[in-house]
Amino acid sequence: MRKLGIILLFCIVIVVFFQCNTKNDTPSPLQGTVKINFKNVVKGSPLTLNTASYTNQNNQTYTISKLKYYISNVFVNNIDKSSGNNEGYYLIDQADALSQSFSFNAKVEQYSHLNFTIGVDSLRNVSGAQTGALDPLNDMFWTWSTGYIMAKLEGNSPASTQVNNKLQYHIGGFSGVNSAVKKISITLPISAQLLNVRANRTSEIFIEADIDKWFSNNIDIVTEAAIMTPGPLSNKIATNYMGMFTVTQVVNN
Amino acid sequence: MKIRITISLLVVVVVSILLLEACKKTDVLVYKPTYLTFIVPIGWPQPTKNIFENNPLTEEGFQLGKKLFYDGKLSKDGNFPCASCHQQFAAFATFDHDFSHGFNNSFTTRNAPATFNLAWMPLLHLDGGINHLEVQPLAPITAPNEMAETLENVLTKLKNDSAYPALFRKAFGSSEINSQKMLKAIAQFMGSMVSSNSKYDKVQRGETTFTTAEQNGYTFFKAKCDACHKEPLFTDNSFRNNGLAINTFINDFGRLKITNQRSDSLKFKVPTLRNVELTFPYMHDGRLYALRDVLDHYSSNLITTQPTLDPLLVNRIAMSNIDKNNLISFLRTLNDTTFTKNVRFSQP
Ligand code: HEC
Ligand code: HEC
Repeated sequence: MRKLGIILLFCIVIVVFFQCNTKNDTPSPLQGTVKINFKNVVKGSPLTLNTASYTNQNNQTYTISKLKYYISNVFVNNIDKSSGNNEGYYLIDQADALSQSFSFNAKVEQYSHLNFTIGVDSLRNVSGAQTGALDPLNDMFWTWSTGYIMAKLEGNSPASTQVNNKLQYHIGGFSGVNSAVKKISITLPISAQLLNVRANRTSEIFIEADIDKWFSNNIDIVTEAAIMTPGPLSNKIATNYMGMFTVTQVVNN
Repeated sequence: MKIRITISLLVVVVVSILLLEACKKTDVLVYKPTYLTFIVPIGWPQPTKNIFENNPLTEEGFQLGKKLFYDGKLSKDGNFPCASCHQQFAAFATFDHDFSHGFNNSFTTRNAPATFNLAWMPLLHLDGGINHLEVQPLAPITAPNEMAETLENVLTKLKNDSAYPALFRKAFGSSEINSQKMLKAIAQFMGSMVSSNSKYDKVQRGETTFTTAEQNGYTFFKAKCDACHKEPLFTDNSFRNNGLAINTFINDFGRLKITNQRSDSLKFKVPTLRNVELTFPYMHDGRLYALRDVLDHYSSNLITTQPTLDPLLVNRIAMSNIDKNNLISFLRTLNDTTFTKNVRFSQP
């Protein structure tokens, strides 16, 4: 008898749960799910915060204590069709494993390219208080000159002449020639395969981001250890990290 | 046994229905805010952008914003609510202070401006660094020489408060407290502050007339000052250099800090002159204490050698003593005590 009671209670919970959850999350029949997985690495090995020491192309060593960047306006396309999500804003945070993958719905189709913006488009930078990934609580927002920090890398380097040898790159600015809103399009590698989105299935794209690329084009930590405002140097780093993404695998389920 | 099962099933159905009703109620029935309309005074331009577009103005939102504005909880040690620097009797500037007091015996590095008619102001702060009223509070809350608090701590204090969750529910439909709702509530309060009832306004509306001195001052003003301090807001919201020597204690280059353009060096936002008698001392660093000093600046002390000096001022502005007296009489007609005494904006 007691068992019956428990089962009934369970039924109540289930019924109420589904009824209260009126939002319908299942994609319509002609849609499938694309899941993007980011993995931050330095020259092939997984990025380790604080403890691992890395060396840039100028032979300057550095450690990383914080690494975050925005990904937005994500879509996949082929020659004549595209589908995706331009309303989602994602903050990839090395300290939070859950933040490193996200999913969106796409129309059933085969796709050859993945596109996204690194950063937050200008409209969101001028539209007042935001929430979710764009909540100023995430510490990616300048309070003295309104705008999002598109990407942030903090750490230390013996080469740095800043207080406590700090390394601080706060990359931002959403307008003008030094805008750090960067759009990229990645051709899915031939070695992988086309992204095949199928109804009610999830296909996955795996991406590696090589953080050492931030220091490409001869970034010199002695003179360039702190960037806290938009400008040419900030733009240089943003242009550098546009090249850090490699698609390593596509899995069609 | 059968009967038992039937009864149990009946119980399931009844309980489910009751619970379903309950979840409907919390979602729909309780949230009934009183919507307000933002009124543009007769003869004024429409604001260039609607600051309430994504933040519908409600009585409940306004009242929540007001409580937050006057609440020390938004600062680290409780002593520095917004209202500690923005005082209503000084038209929400800091009365009689060049710089305002902030946390831990520190001072601000700019003179606190009056805050009203913000709905018409596209860029906030004297250097225009803030592009939306909703995000403005983040600057004073987190500045170490102002409220010196973190956003996390502010939200935690509000969540643990006995009154706030209910007030957030009334204003926004759920008692969840987050930064967006807090900022939107403050924006509703700040954005609602309108000063449009000075003697000058009454004259414009034909309800009263200027004295001869005021009228002469007004005529002079329209000829020499109005290009920057444009009616009816008494600012054109542009950034200009009006010929003040650099203050070497603070080395404030104004708009340059935001744009990094040399041509913006020493440019500050043209301030409104409404309620100007109450907002002394004057200029971005509060260096001039009296209106007479300001007029002496424009007539004789203004530095004409700075490359970014506004072209309108390269010859200074010639004024006789009588002109100055008339101008001061006119500027006094911009006081609006119905605003500075309006209990709607007063400490709750
Ligand atoms: C410690 C003093 C102080 C406190 C506390 C303070 N302010 Fe201010 N406020 C200032 C100063 C100084 C400025 C000018 C800032 C600048 O130009 O850089 C200012 C500017 C502003 C402006 C822009 C006005 C304009 O004309 O551009 C607004 C709006 C404002 N404050 C609202 C607030 C609100 C809301 C709070 C509370 C969350 C607050 N302030 C707390 C001193 C203060
Ligand atoms: C070229 C544009 C321009 C003209 C013309 C001009 N002003 Fe100004 N005025 C400014 C700017 C810019 C400031 C703010 C400077 C700062 O903050 O350092 C200012 C500040 C002031 C202030 C201080 C307000 C405050 O709250 O701090 C007063 C008062 C004032 N002006 C009155 C006048 C009068 C009266 C005239 C005409 C005789 C005049 N101005 C002409 C640009 C102008």
